[in-house]
Amino acid sequence: MKDALQSAQARFLAQATERIPPPAFVELRREATAAFTDRGLPTMKQEEWRHTNIAHLAGIEWAALHEPLAPPRSAIEDVATPIFACGLEVFIDGHHHPELHGSPGASEVETLGSTPAPPALLGRLADAKAHPFVALNGALACDGARVRVHGDDPRAVHLVFAQGSEDAASHPRVVIDAERGSRGTIILDHVSLAGARHFANSVVEVEIAEEASLDLVILQRAGGTSFHVGHVAGRVERNGRLRTHTISLGGRFVRNDLEVVLAGEGAECTMNGLYLGLGEGLIDNHTWVDHAVPHCTSRELYKGVLTGSARGVFRGRVVVRPDAQKSEATQSNPNLLLSDGAEIDTKPQLEIYANDVKCSHGAAIGRLDPESLFYLRSRGIGEDEARGLLTRGFAAEVLSALPEPSLAEAMSAVFLEKLEATGQRT
Amino acid sequence: MTMLEIENLHATAGDAEILKGIDLTIRPGEIHAIMGPNGSGKSTLAGVLSGRAAFEVTKGSILYQGKNLQELDPEQRAREGIFLAFQYPVEIPGVTNNYFLKASLNAIRTHRGEEELDAMDFLSVVKEKMKIVEMPKDLMGRSINEGFSGGEKKRNEVLQMLLLEPKLMVLDETDSGLDIDALRVVATGVNHLRSPERSMLVITHYQRLLDYIVPDVVHVLSEGRIVRSGGRELALELEEKGYGWIEEAGA
Ligand SMILES: Nc1ncnc2c1ncn2[C@@H]1O[C@H](COP(=O)(O)OP(=O)(O)OP(=O)(O)O)[C@@H](O)[C@H]1O
Ligand SMILES: [Mg+2]
Repeated sequence: MKDALQSAQARFLAQATERIPPPAFVELRREATAAFTDRGLPTMKQEEWRHTNIAHLAGIEWAALHEPLAPPRSAIEDVATPIFACGLEVFIDGHHHPELHGSPGASEVETLGSTPAPPALLGRLADAKAHPFVALNGALACDGARVRVHGDDPRAVHLVFAQGSEDAASHPRVVIDAERGSRGTIILDHVSLAGARHFANSVVEVEIAEEASLDLVILQRAGGTSFHVGHVAGRVERNGRLRTHTISLGGRFVRNDLEVVLAGEGAECTMNGLYLGLGEGLIDNHTWVDHAVPHCTSRELYKGVLTGSARGVFRGRVVVRPDAQKSEATQSNPNLLLSDGAEIDTKPQLEIYANDVKCSHGAAIGRLDPESLFYLRSRGIGEDEARGLLTRGFAAEVLSALPEPSLAEAMSAVFLEKLEATGQRT
Repeated sequence: MTMLEIENLHATAGDAEILKGIDLTIRPGEIHAIMGPNGSGKSTLAGVLSGRAAFEVTKGSILYQGKNLQELDPEQRAREGIFLAFQYPVEIPGVTNNYFLKASLNAIRTHRGEEELDAMDFLSVVKEKMKIVEMPKDLMGRSINEGFSGGEKKRNEVLQMLLLEPKLMVLDETDSGLDIDALRVVATGVNHLRSPERSMLVITHYQRLLDYIVPDVVHVLSEGRIVRSGGRELALELEEKGYGWIEEAGA
C-alpha cells in the first residue's frame, strides 16, 4: 500500500509542475506542494484515516485536464436540476465554464482562475500541513470561486461542479466571505455529466463575520462511480451563524471533513448531514467543532442510511476550550442499516475542558421498524415502496432543514431515486 | 358467497398457542362484534386476518371471498378489500399523512384497475371524507400519527377506511380512549360504509359502541375460543354480569 501511495503522490506532484497556475494560486501552490511533498497521502495508521483506506483511490491514474469540455447548458440542467438560483456558476472538471452563468444576485461571485490576486482568506482556514487532501488541493487547484455575501441576499448562489471526463481529477477551491450582518445561502452541487469515474477533491474556506448568517449546502450526487473528498473549514465570529447541510447521496468513495471554529462569543453553528451508502460504497464524515470562546452553540445532526455492502464512518469531534464556559454542544448520529452487509463505524469524541457547559451526544444504529412497515403494507402499499417511504421518512429530518422548501423537495426526490436505483436489500 | 369463513383456526405467537380453534362465518352485509377479556386473543385474530408476521397459523383455514387468505401478503389483502383499524395506530416520523393516504389510495385504485388520482383530485376526495370524521385539516400535513392525540389517531384510522372503501373491516377497539362526542363521530364514519356488500368485525370492550354500530351477532372470545355467540342482547348481558358467568358455564 505504501508503494501505491507513493507513486500516486509522485504522479500528483508531477502534475503540479506541468503548468504555471493562475496568479491567485501561485503562492498557495508553493506552500501546499511543500506540505504534500512532506506528508504525502494518508495511510490507515493516521488517526484521522483509521477506518478509511484510500488504496483504491490512489491506485487510479487520475488525469489533470487543462482543456475542459464545454457541454451545452441543457446537459448541465439535466444533472443539476432544479437549477435553484440565479447566482449560478458552472465548473466542468474543475474549470469555470463562462457561458453558463446566471444573473448575479446581491452576492458577488468571482472565479479564482481569472482573479489577479488571491483573496485574503485563501489558504488561511484550511490547513495544508494538517490535512493531506487539503495539501493536494492546494498543489493542484487552478480554478474555483470566491463568494462575497453582502446585505440580505434572498437568492441562493448555486455553484455546480460537474465531472465530465473519465478518470479525470479536479481540485476546486471555494472561498466564502459572509460579510458583517449579511444573510445568504450558497449551494455547492457536485454532479456527474456522464456517469464517468472521476475524482473531485474540493476545499472550501468560509468565514462568517460578526452578526452574519449563512446556509452552506454541499450536495454530492455524482453517482456510484465517483470518488469525492471534500474539506470545509469555517470560522464564525461574534453572533455569527453558520448552518451547513452536507448531503452525500452515493459514491464509490466519499470523505467529508468539516471543521468549524466558533471564534467569537454568541457564535452558532448547526451541522446537518445526510449520507446514503450504496453498493460497495464508502462514506466517511469527519466533523470537528471547536468552541474557542464562551457562549457559543453547536448543534450537529448527521443521519446515515446504508444498504448493500456499503460502509459508513462517522467521527464527530467536539472540543470545548478551558475558558469556553456556557458552551452548548449537541451531537446526534442515528444510522439506518437496510441490509445485513451494510456497516457503520460511529464514534463521538468529546473533549471538554471547561466545567460550565451543556453537552450531549448520541449515536444509534437501527433497522426499519417492522410495525411501521406492516402498518403501511396493511394499507395496500407494496413492501418495496413502504421501505422507501420509511427510509425517506428517516432522512426527512435532515432534508427538511434545507434552506429552501423547493430544495428540500428536490433532494428528497433525488434521495429516493438513488435509493431505488441501486438500493438492494437482503 | 360468504365474506369470511374461518374454520378451526389455531394460531401461535412464538411458542404460545393463542387461538385454539375458532369457527366464524360472516356473510356480506353482516356486522359481527367480538367481546372478551383482556388477553383472550381478539387482537391476535385481527392480526391473523390482516397478515401480521408475528402470528403463525398452525391449523385450520381462512377463506376470504372464497380465496385462501394465508397465501396473500398484507398489501394484497388490503388491495383485495380487507382493512384493519389498529388498536394502536403506528406513529411514523417523516412521512406526511397526506402523502401516505394518497400512496395508499392509489395502490388500491391501481389494483382495482382504476386510474391513480393526482394531488388535486386526491385533495377533493380526502376533504370530503375528513368532514365526515370531523378531522382537523392540519393533521394531513403532519407526520403519520406523530403527536396525534388518542382520539385523533382513531379518527385517522376511520378516515383511511372511508378513503379505501374496504369490503371487510376489522375494527380493533376503535372506540377505546374516545370521549362521547368522538365516539359518535367515529361511529358515524363507520356507519357511512355500511352496505349490503360490506361486512364488519367489531372488537370492543363496551356495549356503548354497539348502540351506534348495531351488530347482527355478538361473540365472546375467551382463551382463544369463541365460547358464546348471540344477538346484541348478549352485549348488554355481558355489560351487566361481566365474563365470569360465561367462562364458568363453558367450563
Ligand atoms: N407477538 C406476540 N408474542 C407473544 N405473545 C403474544 C404476541 N402477541 C400477543 N401475544 C399474547 O397473546 C395473548 C392474546 O393477546 P391479544 O393481543 O390477542 O389479546 P386481546 O384479546 O386483544 O387483549 P386486549 O383486550 O387487552 O386488547 C396475550 O397473552 C398476549 O400476551
Ligand atoms: Mg387487543
